[in-house]
Amino acid sequence: MNVFAAIGRVFLAFLGETGRLCIFMADAVSAVLRPPIYWSLIFKQMMRIGYFSLPVVGLTAFFTGGVLALQIAIGTDRYNAGAYVPQIVAIGITRELGPVIAGLMVAGRVAAAIAAEIGTMRVTEQIDALTTLATNPIKYLVVPRLIAAVISMPILVAIADSIGVFGGFAVATQKLDFTGAIYLKNTIDFITHQDVSSGLIKAAVFGFIIALMGCYNGFHSRGGAQGVGAATTDAVVSASILILAANYVLTSVLFSK
Amino acid sequence: MTAKVELRGVKKRFGPKVVLDGVDLTIAQGESLVVIGGSGTGKSVMIKCVLGILKPDAGQIFVDGKEVTRLSGRARDAMLRKFGMLFQGAALFDSLSVWENVAFGLIQGRGMAKAKARDIAIEKLAKVGLGPEVANLSPSELSGGMQKRVGLARAIAADPEIIFFDEPTTGLDPIMADVINDLIIATVKDVGATTLSITHDMVSARKIAGRIAMLYRGKIIWEGPTAQIDTSGNAYVDQFIHGRAEGPIKMEVRR
Repeated sequence: MNVFAAIGRVFLAFLGETGRLCIFMADAVSAVLRPPIYWSLIFKQMMRIGYFSLPVVGLTAFFTGGVLALQIAIGTDRYNAGAYVPQIVAIGITRELGPVIAGLMVAGRVAAAIAAEIGTMRVTEQIDALTTLATNPIKYLVVPRLIAAVISMPILVAIADSIGVFGGFAVATQKLDFTGAIYLKNTIDFITHQDVSSGLIKAAVFGFIIALMGCYNGFHSRGGAQGVGAATTDAVVSASILILAANYVLTSVLFSK
Repeated sequence: MTAKVELRGVKKRFGPKVVLDGVDLTIAQGESLVVIGGSGTGKSVMIKCVLGILKPDAGQIFVDGKEVTRLSGRARDAMLRKFGMLFQGAALFDSLSVWENVAFGLIQGRGMAKAKARDIAIEKLAKVGLGPEVANLSPSELSGGMQKRVGLARAIAADPEIIFFDEPTTGLDPIMADVINDLIIATVKDVGATTLSITHDMVSARKIAGRIAMLYRGKIIWEGPTAQIDTSGNAYVDQFIHGRAEGPIKMEVRR
C-alpha cells in the first residue's frame, strides 16, 4: 500500500470534514439571526443543558477546588508559601478549572445527548419529515440548542466557580490551618473582575462548541444504531478537543497585554 | 391534462454509485401514480429530490409548471406547503404527543393557534380511524400500524395538494396493509389530492394506483394504466410483478 496515498486520503478527508463543519456552522449562525425563534424550545433546552448539568458540574467543581487547595498547601510547603492557598485557588478556579472542567463535563453529558437525539432523528427520517412540514430543521433543532448552550454555560460556570472556591475553603479550614474569615477575605481582596469575566467568556464559547459539535455529528450520522453510536462518540471527542484548544487561544487573547 | 409534478432527466449519484440515471416522469393533476421497483433502485431518492431534501445532480423538476430544483428559503417553504408525505417508518417525532405530531405542520409551518390545530388534528385522526383517546399518547406507545395511521393523519393534516407515500404497507401484516390501502384511497378521494406512491408491494400497487410506472437502474422502463400491468409485454415488469428470481433482472448479490 502506498504510504503517500494513505496520508493524502486522511488529509483530504480532514479538509472535507472541516469544510462541512464550517458550512454547517455558517448555516446555523445565520439561522440564529432570522425569525422565527422558538422561545419555548430554547427554554426547554436550557433546562436540559444547564439545569440538569448542575449536580455533575457542582460535584466536580467542589472536588477540584478541594484538591487544588490540598496540592497547593503540600506543594508550597517547600518554600513557605502556604499562605497563598486562597489566592491560587480563586484564580485557578475562575480563570481555568471552572470553565474547562464544566466544559468537559457538559461536553460528555450534553454533546453526547444532542448527537444521539438528532442522530436518531436523522436515521428514522424525522429530520426529513420536518422539512416536508415546511419547518427548517436547522432552525427547529440546532438554533435552540446553540442559544441555550451559549446562555446556560456562563451561568453554570459562575455557579461552578463559587462551589469550587467553596471546595478550597472547606479543605483549607478543615484540614489546613486557615480560619474561615481570613480565607474569605484573602479570596475577595485578591480576585478581580477580569478573572471571573474571562472565565465566563470562555464558558460561552465552550457552550457554543458543545452544542455545535453535538448537532453537527447528529445531523451527519448515517446507517442506523451503529452510525448514531459513532456520532455520539465523535461529538464528545471533538467537543472536548476543541474546548481545550479554544481554551488556549482564548487565554492568550484575553490575557494579552 | 396539466402536469402537477414533472421530472425531466433527473440524475443523482452518491460517489461512484449512480442511483437516478435520467428519470422522466409526469404526474397529472388528481392522478394516483404508483412507482414500483426493487429495493435500492432509487425510489426514495427520487421522492427526496422532488421535495428538495436531496439536490439532483442534473435535470429539472417542476411543480405546477414552476421549476423547484433551485428554490430556497421562503419560496421553498411555500412549495413544500403543497406537499404531504407519509414516511416508510412513519417518522413521527417521538418528543411530541400524537396530536402535536399531526398538528405540527399547522402550528410550525403555518402558524395556526394551538387550540384550533388540536381540533383539526383530532378530526384528522378520526379520518384514519383513531379516536381522541390516542391524541395525548406518545408515538412510542402505539403499534406499527397505528403509527402509520398517525403518519397518514399528519400527511393530510394541512389538506395538501400532493401527497407522497413511501412504502405505505411495508412492515405491516396483510390485513393492516389493506386497511392502510383503503385509508389512502378514502383520504385521497376526500382531500382530492394528486398522489405519488412508491412500493414493492404489488397488492398495494394494484389497489391504490391509477397508473403504474416501473423504476429500474435509475430509469423509468415502463409506465401505463394499472389494468395494463399484466399485459405490459415488458419482461422486467413481468418478472417483478410475479416475483420471480429468474429473469432479466439480476439481483446483485455479492459476497
